[in-house]
Amino acid sequence: MNMKIEIKELHHTYPAGVKALNGISLTIEAGEQVAIVGQNGSGKTTLVKHLNGLLQPTSGTVLIGDWDTSKYQVAQLASRVGYVFQNPDEQLFTRTVHQEVSFGPKNLGYKTEKVEALVEDALALTELTAQKETNPYDLSPTWRKMVALASIIAMDTPIVIFDEPTTGQDAANIARMANVIATLRERGKTVLTITHDIDFCAENFERVIALSQGKVLLDGLTNEVLGQEETLAETYVDPPQLTRLGLRLGLKEVVRNQKEFLAALKK
Amino acid sequence: MTIVNLQNVTYKYPLTDAPVLENINLLVEEGEFVAIIGPNGAGKSTLCYTLSGFVPHFYKGELTGTVEVAGVETQQSTLSEWVMNVGLAFQNPFNQISGAKYTVFEEIAFGLENIGVPRGEMKDRVDRALELTGISDLADRSPYSLSGGQQQRVALTSILVMEPKVLVLDEPTSQMDPVGTREVFGVIRAMAERGMTVVLADHKVEWIAQFADRVVALHAGKILIDGKPGEVLTSDLLDGKGFGISRYTSTAREAQKQGLWPKDRSLPVTLDEAVEGFTLTPGPSPSGRGER
Repeated sequence: MNMKIEIKELHHTYPAGVKALNGISLTIEAGEQVAIVGQNGSGKTTLVKHLNGLLQPTSGTVLIGDWDTSKYQVAQLASRVGYVFQNPDEQLFTRTVHQEVSFGPKNLGYKTEKVEALVEDALALTELTAQKETNPYDLSPTWRKMVALASIIAMDTPIVIFDEPTTGQDAANIARMANVIATLRERGKTVLTITHDIDFCAENFERVIALSQGKVLLDGLTNEVLGQEETLAETYVDPPQLTRLGLRLGLKEVVRNQKEFLAALKK
Repeated sequence: MTIVNLQNVTYKYPLTDAPVLENINLLVEEGEFVAIIGPNGAGKSTLCYTLSGFVPHFYKGELTGTVEVAGVETQQSTLSEWVMNVGLAFQNPFNQISGAKYTVFEEIAFGLENIGVPRGEMKDRVDRALELTGISDLADRSPYSLSGGQQQRVALTSILVMEPKVLVLDEPTSQMDPVGTREVFGVIRAMAERGMTVVLADHKVEWIAQFADRVVALHAGKILIDGKPGEVLTSDLLDGKGFGISRYTSTAREAQKQGLWPKDRSLPVTLDEAVEGFTLTPGPSPSGRGER
């Protein structure tokens, strides 16, 4: 099954009347790594909550492979789309890290051996193997975030969504997150990440979608999108540090990381 | 005038063996904007709790040394006395929002209600605070219907409205969009200009470099280095310890090795400093420059 994501003319209005999405159409191919950026309240979280059925369209459709999300339950969609919440405390509830991470794959009905293998793998990837028997709430917020990540990775879904994975994380943990995303890419997973950390976005994603007021403002290759300083300003996003530096210095190409910057500077 | 005075402060949470803060000595002048940086687990949040009285009054544990803020010593006072002088915005706004109020306006008035501010004055102060942080349009919304970044602005506003002498902020912009982050740093700077003392724990070194007066680098519960942003944020002492540094600094350091950044020039911490240094660099110049 090709797990392409197809969103057509998606609108969402919350019960209180707030119009969060105003006609979004997007296609995300299986195996793509996409960052979603945009100002607070631009609809990023509302959009991704449609992918696993936590929200249903007010109008429009969302397809995950051959499934129309309006015809499937959240529990079914969970086998295709894993979603790591912005705040780990909203999703952690068991007594040990091991129980927490096993919960998802167990509920997908996998056999014990497979569950165990998936859990081991997810714990190793998030560097939590030594914390297996620890209560998640005895860990620091930083590591609780990794537990939340592990519990979704263990479900081995073809699509994984991270909602602001780098919030409040230090340099070492951001590097760990980048490593997790790179591994998921190698495994052919589709990764969608909501982020305000535009440097993280520039360094780890090939495609960037910028949302503004519930619409797609920009969508394209990272360098193309992040170089458009004026348009990005409409959705309160600054280009990455080195992109801004390159623009200020008048470099001919749009650069997004140190290697590209130094290469362009030498020209 | 010194408003924050920490002498030999060591602190252990209950039921733990190792201290989270060890022998901290910190003096902060009135109106100073001090940023605390450090990897996760360095003790930044605990230091914020100590300054705001949550350590030891709420968290208990074992505190030694002296903590004096605005002339009051923490061990000699209660948390309710303490809040008159110091305001803390928590790292996670979900933990701070009262849950007892239906609108953002009421949420922000909550602290003032508790200290018995007259109704008319309360309304004025809330209106001014909402305007200051740019959320007047959210006044009638429920705090729980807001996005993470919006909630964070509410949490910050609900502290600013109290007009504390010392404002303690624990990653106040972690969920904000980049422009919102820059704006909030601007608001914090403006409060410091007006004489409010600010202590801010954060990872966002680009904005710290631009807005703070001073940076304290915390590592494993100890102060590693304390000085001007330009000195601390480019210091070799931070290497290999998990500190985040700006891309301007790291890239200039690499460029210096390749002869693309002047040898004797200090490394940049802000965009302007980076632009200046790279513009001066001899050798092949980017378009638009060097054509005299």
